Parts: sequence; C-alpha cells; structure tokens
Amino acid sequence: MPMMIVALLSGLLFGSGLVVSGMIDPTKVLAFLDVAGNWDPSLAFVMAAAIPVAMIGFRASRRCRQPVCGGSFSAPTKTAPDGSLALGAVLFGAGWGLVGYCPGPALAALSYGDPATWLFVAAMAAGMAARGLPMPGRATRSRA
Amino acid sequence: MDGFTPYSSAAGGALIGAAAALLWYGAGRIMGVSGIVGGLATARGSDIGWRLCFLAGLLAAPLLLWAVAGIDRPPSLQTSPMLLITAGLLVGYGTRLGSGCTSGHGVCGLARLSPRSLIATVLFMASGAAVVFVARHLLGA
Repeated sequence: MPMMIVALLSGLLFGSGLVVSGMIDPTKVLAFLDVAGNWDPSLAFVMAAAIPVAMIGFRASRRCRQPVCGGSFSAPTKTAPDGSLALGAVLFGAGWGLVGYCPGPALAALSYGDPATWLFVAAMAAGMAARGLPMPGRATRSRA
Repeated sequence: MDGFTPYSSAAGGALIGAAAALLWYGAGRIMGVSGIVGGLATARGSDIGWRLCFLAGLLAAPLLLWAVAGIDRPPSLQTSPMLLITAGLLVGYGTRLGSGCTSGHGVCGLARLSPRSLIATVLFMASGAAVVFVARHLLGA
C-alpha cells in the first residue's frame, strides 16, 4: 500500500510539473522543436532542471539496500545501444514532432477533455499494443 | 521568439525531477511513462496497483492545479484526425520499441548516466526537430 501512495504522489508531482513547465501545451513543444524558425528554448530549461533533481534521488539511493517502501530497485540493466532503441527513438521523435505530444503530457491532458487528445491517446495505446504483439525472436525487454 | 518561459519551465522541470526521484527512492521504479503504461498489458498482481496510482495522479494534477491555482488548459489542438492518429501510432510503437520516452530516457536515463538513454534522447530530439523542420519550412504546414 505505501508503494501505491508513493506512486500516486509521484504522478501528481509529475503531472503538475508538466502543466507548470509548459510541456502539456503541444504548441509550446513544437516551438521548442522548431529550431530553424521562431525558436522557443523554454523546454530546454525543463530538462536542465529535471535531470539534476532526479540525479539527487538516484545518487542517494545507492546507500540504500531497498526502496523506502520495501521491495527492490528495478532498473533496466542494458547499457549498450541497439537497433531497436535507435529505430524506436526515431519513430517516436517523428510522432512527437507531428503533433507535439509525448506520452506523459498526452495522458495528463486527457483531463482537459479535448477530443483531439483522446484520439491521440487511443492511437498511442494501439501503437503500444502493436509493439506488444508476439514477434519471432524477440526477448522480453526491460523498461526504461 | 514568443512566450519564452525560463522560470516556470525550470520550476516545472524541478517538479518532474522530484517526481522521478520520489518514485525511485520510495518505490524503486523508473518514472518512464511509456513503460508504466505499456507494462500494464503484462503486469500481474501488485505490479498493476502502483502503475494505476501513478496514472491517477498524472490525470488528477491538471484538474487540481486548475481548481487550486487557476492554471487554465492550453489552447485546443488544431490538428487533423489523420495526423493525430498517425502521430499517436508512431509515439506508441516507437516508445515501446525504443524502451522509453521523454520521461524514461530523457529524465531518468540521463540522470542515471545511461549511454542508451543518451543516444535515444539525442535521436528522438533530432527526429522531432527534423519533422517540424520539414512540416513548417519545406511543406509550409
């Protein structure tokens, strides 16, 4: 149960961060990606602030045998890049550049009730499911 | 350059980083949204609960901020249904194939100094910028 409370609080913090930072606004995301146009570098500040704060948490956990709520730390163990990683990232980036939604902001924005957001998320779920279909020679993959 | 918001974007980024630190330190899980959602399809037992709780918080946050701080929604999307579907399919399939998205690779992976995440982040940023360049400056959309 404590793990579920931590997850709920993390989701609240994350969603709040997406709203406050402007990540939830696709026009702002596209303005960030439009480096050759009327470039808005604001969203670089999102990562510049998020990464060091997250890093504190990851560093601090090195002294812990297990998470505060028990259980175990579960991180991807792969370190070497491969073709799936590269192709997946390029395809994801293309979809991100078409509309301006990545998964977190798209899900958070469902709350606003815009039918366009719901359509995007339905297609996103279908895309995720399509990847989940069994394919020959594929091993189970860790989450990143 | 319109709408440059370095302070609110950095403040929001700090909240996102805190969310990732909390989920890792408290629950031992990586805050990767595509992994949390995609994992629902195969999760069993207690592994389902925390994922749903995270998503509940994620969905509640915009409404809470609106109710408490009066932060209104951004303008509605003016995008054709065909484009929304294409983009959604690419984002969904691509994030699962590439094992992560902006939160998992871009925030958690970089904070963990993962070489895989660095490559993924550079590639999806470059790909996104390339698509925007083609759409806006070559096709004039």
